[in-house]
Amino acid sequence: MIAEIGHALLWLAAALACMTLLAGALHLLAPKPELAALVRPASVAQGVLTLIAFALLMALFIRSDMSVELVARNSHSLKPMIFKIAGTWGNHEGSMLLWLTILGLSGGLIALFERRLRDDTLIATLTAQAALSIGFFAFLLFSSNPFNRLPVPPPDGAGLNPLLQDVGLAFHPPTLYIGYVGLSVAFSFAVGALITREIGPNFARAMRPWVLGSWIFLTLGITAGSYWAYYELGWGGWWFWDPVENVSLIPWLAGAALLHSVSVTATRDALRAWTVMLAVVAFSMSMLGTFIVRSGLLTSVHSFAVDPERGTFLLVLMAIYIGGALTLFALRAGALAEGKRFALMSREGALVANNLLLTVILAVVLLGTLYPILAEAMGEKVSIGPPYYDAVTGPIALVLFMLMVTGPLLKWRRDDGSVLKGRLPAMIAAAMLVLAGLIAFGGSIGVLPLLGMMVAAFVAVGSLAPLWKRNLRRTPLTIWGMVIAHLGVAVALAGIAAESAFIKEKLVAAAPGDTIEVGPYRVQFRGVKPVAGPNWTAIDAELVVVRPVGIDQILRPQARDYPGLMGAAPVETKEADFITLPGGHLFANIGQAMTDAGGVTRYQIAVKWKPLVWWIWTGGIMIALGGLLAMLGRAQLLDLWRRRRLAKAQERFA
Amino acid sequence: MKAKHQRLILASLAAVAVAGAGLLAAGALSDEAAYFRTPDEVRAGQATVGEAMRLGGMVQKGSIERLPDGVTIRFVATDGKASMPVVFTGIVPDLFKEESGMVADGKLRADGVFEAERILAKHDERYMPPQMGDIPKDAGSTIADTPA
Repeated sequence: MIAEIGHALLWLAAALACMTLLAGALHLLAPKPELAALVRPASVAQGVLTLIAFALLMALFIRSDMSVELVARNSHSLKPMIFKIAGTWGNHEGSMLLWLTILGLSGGLIALFERRLRDDTLIATLTAQAALSIGFFAFLLFSSNPFNRLPVPPPDGAGLNPLLQDVGLAFHPPTLYIGYVGLSVAFSFAVGALITREIGPNFARAMRPWVLGSWIFLTLGITAGSYWAYYELGWGGWWFWDPVENVSLIPWLAGAALLHSVSVTATRDALRAWTVMLAVVAFSMSMLGTFIVRSGLLTSVHSFAVDPERGTFLLVLMAIYIGGALTLFALRAGALAEGKRFALMSREGALVANNLLLTVILAVVLLGTLYPILAEAMGEKVSIGPPYYDAVTGPIALVLFMLMVTGPLLKWRRDDGSVLKGRLPAMIAAAMLVLAGLIAFGGSIGVLPLLGMMVAAFVAVGSLAPLWKRNLRRTPLTIWGMVIAHLGVAVALAGIAAESAFIKEKLVAAAPGDTIEVGPYRVQFRGVKPVAGPNWTAIDAELVVVRPVGIDQILRPQARDYPGLMGAAPVETKEADFITLPGGHLFANIGQAMTDAGGVTRYQIAVKWKPLVWWIWTGGIMIALGGLLAMLGRAQLLDLWRRRRLAKAQERFA
Repeated sequence: MKAKHQRLILASLAAVAVAGAGLLAAGALSDEAAYFRTPDEVRAGQATVGEAMRLGGMVQKGSIERLPDGVTIRFVATDGKASMPVVFTGIVPDLFKEESGMVADGKLRADGVFEAERILAKHDERYMPPQMGDIPKDAGSTIADTPA
């Protein structure tokens, strides 16, 4: 019964979306207030119905209702509850429903709370949002219905890949999805504003929190994904330039560019066309990511050809939305009034440069991701790995980071560079200090990591420069947000560069009692013992840090066996373990065991010393935190509260 | 400065940046794009000894052996048509097992053995390594059953 209700609610929500689109479009052609009055309530109702449908799907997973195909394929009655819940979105159909739920809820939020826009622009925005929803509703209902029943329910489900049974990973996809959908809201705003020609500060201010919010979630999602790859995939890399990772990075880059250009439009009413264009690009990139991942194109052009339905559907949707938006843009671009002017040497100028470099990096990553697919279609098999991305994006990113901290030191419109000149010596001195330190103690280091550490010092000092001589207690939250986010970039960059320059690793086949030396550390392998978890058994290796003394911590890398349940293949996973020390991570893996002729069992053990590696994710979290502060600083609610407090204070003194 | 001039300068700066990045990317693509080969293509002479490349194939049934040093493994990669020996020093990824797909980065040695620096496994056991669409999924077991 639950499944049928959920299915019916989805159809109802889709019908509401159709109604919104129709009413909105008719109103925009020729004003019809009675139709326009339907748009807001219908958008809210659509969001609520989709949310209930999603909650019902979750209930099916919680109850382990195996008569529903999706549950039977992706869940198991013995799975821990948290993974049953996460199973709701850990598959294609559920994740598309989640996407629609977030899309519907954001439409509802706009309908309820957005007051800055002109009424017709708001209606146009909600209409665009409804048009987006209809496409995804069609996709869900016609090609991937999550509520499909099985004629004969199996006794139990097929389970979920053990590698994916990780709390961090359970919340990774929804985080990214919120980010993607936020960009689609920005896209709707851009389309709405293009339709009614209201492109200016109001439009930019209405769009900004969505861009910022989505970018915060993308930042957190990417950071969490990188951390997951680091400890779960077992060999301690934190970024692989894998296409799956790239398609989350590309919208992030577009979002970063958009959030800076939307600030220019909001504050200075300049860069109007560019902001609108970027909103279209950012959404296109998030859809392209979904398309590449969901169509099977990543695995191979061949697997796409085997099951082309979903891929073709998404491709057509993408063509309609992006093509439609670009056509609208082309029609309206000429009529867009020119924004306010600015000199090259100005904050706008610096932000334009930063946008340009971000876009270039985006193009480079996009090219690297799509090139193998195109080459394969042409009959050549090519793989593009980290060397390409490191060599091309590295230098551009370093220039970008240095420009990043100069912008805030310039005034809007026109600047003579006096403040920048005043702060530059300190930034350069920091970089030189790092260089001197590395020459004296660093040993031989590659050029890119060396430059990376120098630029990190430059950026760290530069990012703090806007606080110079300010009253810190009166500094607005938005400035703090910017400073913390930019400082986060420096922290992450330092981590990346130091880890790649100074990593030490040792791989041995160790018998109990052996010691392993890596970098400044010596660990002793004490032996293994068996342990058991809820749905796995494992052996735990015990590695004790014996030098330097006083660390008193034990590394327990684990090799786990998940027995195959109900026909699923048994899977082994290796859980790495690490100790976080001020200077970095001491990281250990365990591999296979082997018993030699003398009866001594030795285990493959890899120990790595990764200097500053945890700075990478700390930096990512700082960037997200900075975004959050910037958003709070601009939130209307906080503003209202502050005004009310001020009014009260005045009353008291009166 | 007139608006026109300013736009011209902005546009030319943008053009320079894009062209520079394009050159950088094109250079790196021609240097760094590693060719993907299957054992059959290696046998047909499409790989040069010592050149960085990526080998894809299925791990042949019963072929994984550990060398006495305890940390090196040797196995046979096959695509159903040809097979070649691979050596790898390190801990293999979780999803690396017999009769399943793998992709190895490394180079071909003069003695015909592929020396892997890195073996890739993916997030999902249903995931086949990229560009392996042509290799039959049961290649690993069929070869073992019918010794050539």
